[in-house]
Amino acid sequence: MTDTEPEADDSIDSSEPDYTSTELMVTTAARELRDDESVLVGVGVPNLACNLAKRTHAPNLRMIYESGTIDSNPSSLPLSIGDPVLATGAVGVVPMFEGFSKYLQGGRIDVGFLGGAQIDRYGNINSTVIGDYEDPAVRLPGSGGACEIASNAHRTLVITPHQKRRFPEEVDFVTSPGYVDGREGREELGLRGGPEAIITDLAVMRFDEDGELYAETLHPGVSRDEVQNATGWTLAFADDVETTPTPDTEDLRLLREELDPDGVYLE
Amino acid sequence: MHTAIDQAVSDGDSVYLAGFTHLIPFAAGHEIVRQGYTDLHLIRATPDLIYDQLIAAGVASRVTFSWAGNPGVGSLRAFRRAVEDGVPNAIEIDEYTHFGLTARLAAGARGLPFMPVRTFAGSDLPEQNENIRRVESPFGDDEIYAVPPLCPNVAVVRAQRGDVSGNAHVWGIPGEIPEVALAAETVILSVEEIVDEQVIRSDPNRTLVPGSAVDYVVEEPYGSHPSYAQGCYDRDNQAYLEWNEISESQASIEEWLDEWVYGVTDRREYLEKLDSERLLDLKPSTEYATPIDMGGY
Repeated sequence: MTDTEPEADDSIDSSEPDYTSTELMVTTAARELRDDESVLVGVGVPNLACNLAKRTHAPNLRMIYESGTIDSNPSSLPLSIGDPVLATGAVGVVPMFEGFSKYLQGGRIDVGFLGGAQIDRYGNINSTVIGDYEDPAVRLPGSGGACEIASNAHRTLVITPHQKRRFPEEVDFVTSPGYVDGREGREELGLRGGPEAIITDLAVMRFDEDGELYAETLHPGVSRDEVQNATGWTLAFADDVETTPTPDTEDLRLLREELDPDGVYLE
Repeated sequence: MHTAIDQAVSDGDSVYLAGFTHLIPFAAGHEIVRQGYTDLHLIRATPDLIYDQLIAAGVASRVTFSWAGNPGVGSLRAFRRAVEDGVPNAIEIDEYTHFGLTARLAAGARGLPFMPVRTFAGSDLPEQNENIRRVESPFGDDEIYAVPPLCPNVAVVRAQRGDVSGNAHVWGIPGEIPEVALAAETVILSVEEIVDEQVIRSDPNRTLVPGSAVDYVVEEPYGSHPSYAQGCYDRDNQAYLEWNEISESQASIEEWLDEWVYGVTDRREYLEKLDSERLLDLKPSTEYATPIDMGGY
């Protein structure tokens, strides 16, 4: 290095990541979506992931919301799953019962997003109560459409912070079934699909042949110990654990300038 | 609305204020609070702020729901206080999923003894609710869950426009309005605007509520504030954020109820009390649908 080194190099300093962990989760989730699929979207981070996919590799992605809007084309960020921006410019709008019975139960949803307060090693999710159902320590919102999305979408994705309390050995209540007690358990119940991936702020986890979670990739700079310490059971790791691909410049530009310019979800 | 609620609702009734995020009957809910009912069984897929207000006002003894949160904001704190601590009174809960609850309404609207649904298998919800039962298919080995019909004593449904007979056009998210309107025993229709019957007949495919199901028709502009009416006004998101603060304690909710519910006689006074700039800011730009030709025959 000499004193004539051009100053422009400062801008490509690779030691500091130029993205936030939320941006990494959004771009990672977006890459799970394929063109021409129907996705049942949630608000917040999943919504950003779907809109990002639509503007990059999946222009024909159909965004469907549990409020009954079909192929929404929101001109701005929706503040809830029932936002009017999801109806204006949609291809269709149907009553809730029709959305759940014909679209979701009828097998017309390729991929659904889920969230929850607790997730176990088989991808079973609790969004109902912490503690005892009859005498809860914390009363959570409940299923909403989550149980039927988990049961009827062809595959599901979860985006969540990675913390030990969120990944306990056992969930306090199963709101939405994952692989139940293994892939066979899910099959016996006659449930369609199943969880595909869990994207956290530390890693991307997938399900092995038995339907149990393992860490597939770790985010840049994250160690196995960090992931293990934030998980409530002994987590398996892929034989060749790789580093999660990072957001590219165009992803970041779309997210920051067009999809969430006010930083509502990206912080 | 005063007359409609007074005549339609009695203590102990099951009441469904319809509308999924959209067209929530806030004005009707406030009227229920003012008239001081007790022991109501409140039913809504998403209790939303309106049931948080009704629960804090002490009118409810039971709540049937499928997702109890402040949409896009966080918790429903009054609902949680009632469930977790019995404040201001304990409430029983009857919990479903969105599909399960709307299926109950669909069965009620169609006169069926139950509705089969592909959901609940593998979930702990059936253990907590005896209305969610596993049944065998009469046509094979398949097992499926079933839920019974739900026919609330009283429902309030809203629409952008309706005629004096209660035939109503809804556009935007219909939610569970079409099911509730046909499942409930007594139906109050509240509209942003009463229009001539010919307006309804000019576009029959847009009619989601038939007048034959409706017992009372009320014209109440902005009757859904702070939720929204597609094309008329947007959700007052600030109010949803403010509720998160107001609902931090039972005392601060009571203060709010004193000012905004007990302190006004009807929705007109409520609107006069609101800053008119605030309402103007909620007005969306226009985006007209292309007219269709029904054809004259």
